[in-house]
Amino acid sequence: MSFPWAQQYEPKNGFTKWMDSRLPIFRLVHGAVGPGYPVPRNLNYFWNFGVLAGFALMVQIVTGIILAMHYRADGAIAFASVEHIMRNVNEGWFLRYAHANGASFFFIAMYIHIGRNIYYGSYKAPREMVFLLGMVIYLLAMATAFMGYVLPWGQMSFWGAKVITGLIGAIPFVGESIQTWLLGGFAPDTAALNRFFSLHYLLPFVIAGVVILHIWALHIPGSGNPTGVDVKSPQDTVPFHPYYTAKDGFGLGVYLIAFAIMVFFLPNALGHADNYIEANPLSTPAHIVPEWYYYPFYAILRSFTSDFFFIEAKLMGVIAMFSAILVVFLLPWLDNSPVRSANYRPKFRMFFYIWLVDLVVLFYCGGMPAEEPYVMISQIATAYYFSFFLIIIPVLAKIERTTPLPNSITESVLGHDEPVAPVATTKSTSGDPSPQPAV
Amino acid sequence: MIRLLAFVVGLGFLAASGCSFVNGFGTWISTETEKSIEYKYLKHAHAEEWSFSGPFGRYDNQQLQRGFRVFRDTCSGCHSLKYVAFRNLEEIDYTEAEVRAIADQWPIQVPSINPQDGAPNTRKALPSDNFPNPFPNAVAARAANNNALPPDLSLIVKAREGGADYIHALLVGYGDAPADVEVGQGLHYNPYFHGLAIAMPRPLNSDGQVTYTDGTEATVDQMARDVTAFLMWTAEPKMDTRKNVGIAVLIFLIFATILAYFAYRNVWADKKPKKKKKDEAAA
Ligand code: HEC
Repeated sequence: MSFPWAQQYEPKNGFTKWMDSRLPIFRLVHGAVGPGYPVPRNLNYFWNFGVLAGFALMVQIVTGIILAMHYRADGAIAFASVEHIMRNVNEGWFLRYAHANGASFFFIAMYIHIGRNIYYGSYKAPREMVFLLGMVIYLLAMATAFMGYVLPWGQMSFWGAKVITGLIGAIPFVGESIQTWLLGGFAPDTAALNRFFSLHYLLPFVIAGVVILHIWALHIPGSGNPTGVDVKSPQDTVPFHPYYTAKDGFGLGVYLIAFAIMVFFLPNALGHADNYIEANPLSTPAHIVPEWYYYPFYAILRSFTSDFFFIEAKLMGVIAMFSAILVVFLLPWLDNSPVRSANYRPKFRMFFYIWLVDLVVLFYCGGMPAEEPYVMISQIATAYYFSFFLIIIPVLAKIERTTPLPNSITESVLGHDEPVAPVATTKSTSGDPSPQPAV
Repeated sequence: MIRLLAFVVGLGFLAASGCSFVNGFGTWISTETEKSIEYKYLKHAHAEEWSFSGPFGRYDNQQLQRGFRVFRDTCSGCHSLKYVAFRNLEEIDYTEAEVRAIADQWPIQVPSINPQDGAPNTRKALPSDNFPNPFPNAVAARAANNNALPPDLSLIVKAREGGADYIHALLVGYGDAPADVEVGQGLHYNPYFHGLAIAMPRPLNSDGQVTYTDGTEATVDQMARDVTAFLMWTAEPKMDTRKNVGIAVLIFLIFATILAYFAYRNVWADKKPKKKKKDEAAA
């Protein structure tokens, strides 16, 4: 698709020829994830996580559709219907544990995928659209997972829904009316449960649609790579199939091993005990926490404890929480350093690692009760989070001295004995007769 | 322009979180935080060795049957077990006839109607019934228990932080309250319970309270252990299957992943920098 040397699709037999002139779907697959998609040859394992996230989405859709056949979205029986799935539906325990842990694994894959994107500057031109669509997927996944967590109708489901929809109530004047309208009542109940269920079933398919756009947009410039150097010659790429299908196959195996360990041996480790207590509007849990993948944002939400000029503390927290995601959307424009990969940006790399630690701190504090010293720690961490995106990145782009880039991807793979100083030729010094990709 | 704007907004967020931090720090420094009584005495259950611990741990059906006896003879007077049916007892090695007898002799009857005139009445339990609730409704349950509601026990092990370790510790943890702890009327001191005072009177008091028929000595600790194991089973009845399947799946996956790794190396053999070549180049 993207490079002139991409292998062309050649229908081989009568059937594929017949199909190709009517519905060229094999041609599409060939160009999208087959031999017709040339990919840089130097991708590391961090590039596995896009495929893994896509796989996780499929697991969610398949297990979710079957669970929906047994689940009842009614405040009076939702909790019992989940227990029915766990006890009486054939392999129901597997479906539910796979679905619950599958959501966590989807987020793990997405977080690593986004982290890779930021480290290697994949969001930069010409891949801004790929990045934006990816962030849309992430946002949709957050909404989907939030509504999914409400469905089992345990204590955390109920109180989590109440707290999160309560955030909308922080909007001045109209907030509370909007909140009531969204929930279909003053507190979450059957009305809310039904609409959440409806949307929880719909959104994954919307996500799947955006995933198609995401991959489409990716195929225009082609995949990035750890050096951030553009593809220059056929030598720099390998066909996606069999090279990356093989690598992704191995990656998928490792992923599935980790997934199986959680589903079969630690199925409730990522959940919360209180969600095995049926929702009870009259009894508030000691401390209400969302699912772990929202912890950083929950920590940011709670770290604004005093009014800021005319903005109330609660509203400020809500603004900050949503901004924490929105600022990431702006990355391609905040960072106009011409060098993509952090491998050649020592200062950026350092601040990036600090940001990772910062995230770990926010994760930790988000799961802790809103007490000192956790609130103070998350306040510092929040300050760094915003500084990283809004101050450090734009300034670094102006002042940082980057280290020399390799001349080509091939050189970076085959010639890493030599210092990556500018060399006149793009031919690798080791003289490896690397075979040309099939034309 | 956008970067300038970002810079200003960034400073705004810095100022807002800084402002909150300064305020929070101020209060934190100036308020003497006194450790609460609860903090002083609350104990955390330590990890116990259970037959079902770890990836290879399985239920011991003998123990589950003993636990069921404890539940039947002591807990079932106050606690319901609403997600479990009598027929499920066949899964822990009771025979069909035994299950029928257990249901038939269950002290609490199942709500029903009179087939003649439709008036509400009760009937004996059947194996297909779930364990009946000892109280007709929550109000009655509270009235009989000093205004505390005995929770349903079907999921209790999964519904508490600490799981089986916590339940066992709670059951054997009763004791006399230290002098500085005030225990409310009708409450009982238990350092494992949040708030230190629980409305449930000590359910397991003396050795031999429940008659065991398999020769195991019915000490208080043993009974607590057995009923906890039974409640673990009611909370997670499919655990044995889950772990068995899990081990088979893992063996398959590890094998498949090793194959996938070699397939991957094989496909890439001509694309990786060759060690020998590199040495030559260096020489
Ligand atoms: C006399 C009635 C009575 C009996 C008998 C009884 N319980 Fe309870 N139980 C209660 C009440 C009441 C509560 C609620 C306590 C509270 O909330 O303070 C309770 C609470 C509990 C809890 C929940 C504690 C928590 O962390 O919230 C467990 C577990 C429990 N009982 C187990 C048992 C077991 C096991 C037995 C049998 C060995 C048993 N109970 C026998 C009345 C009883």
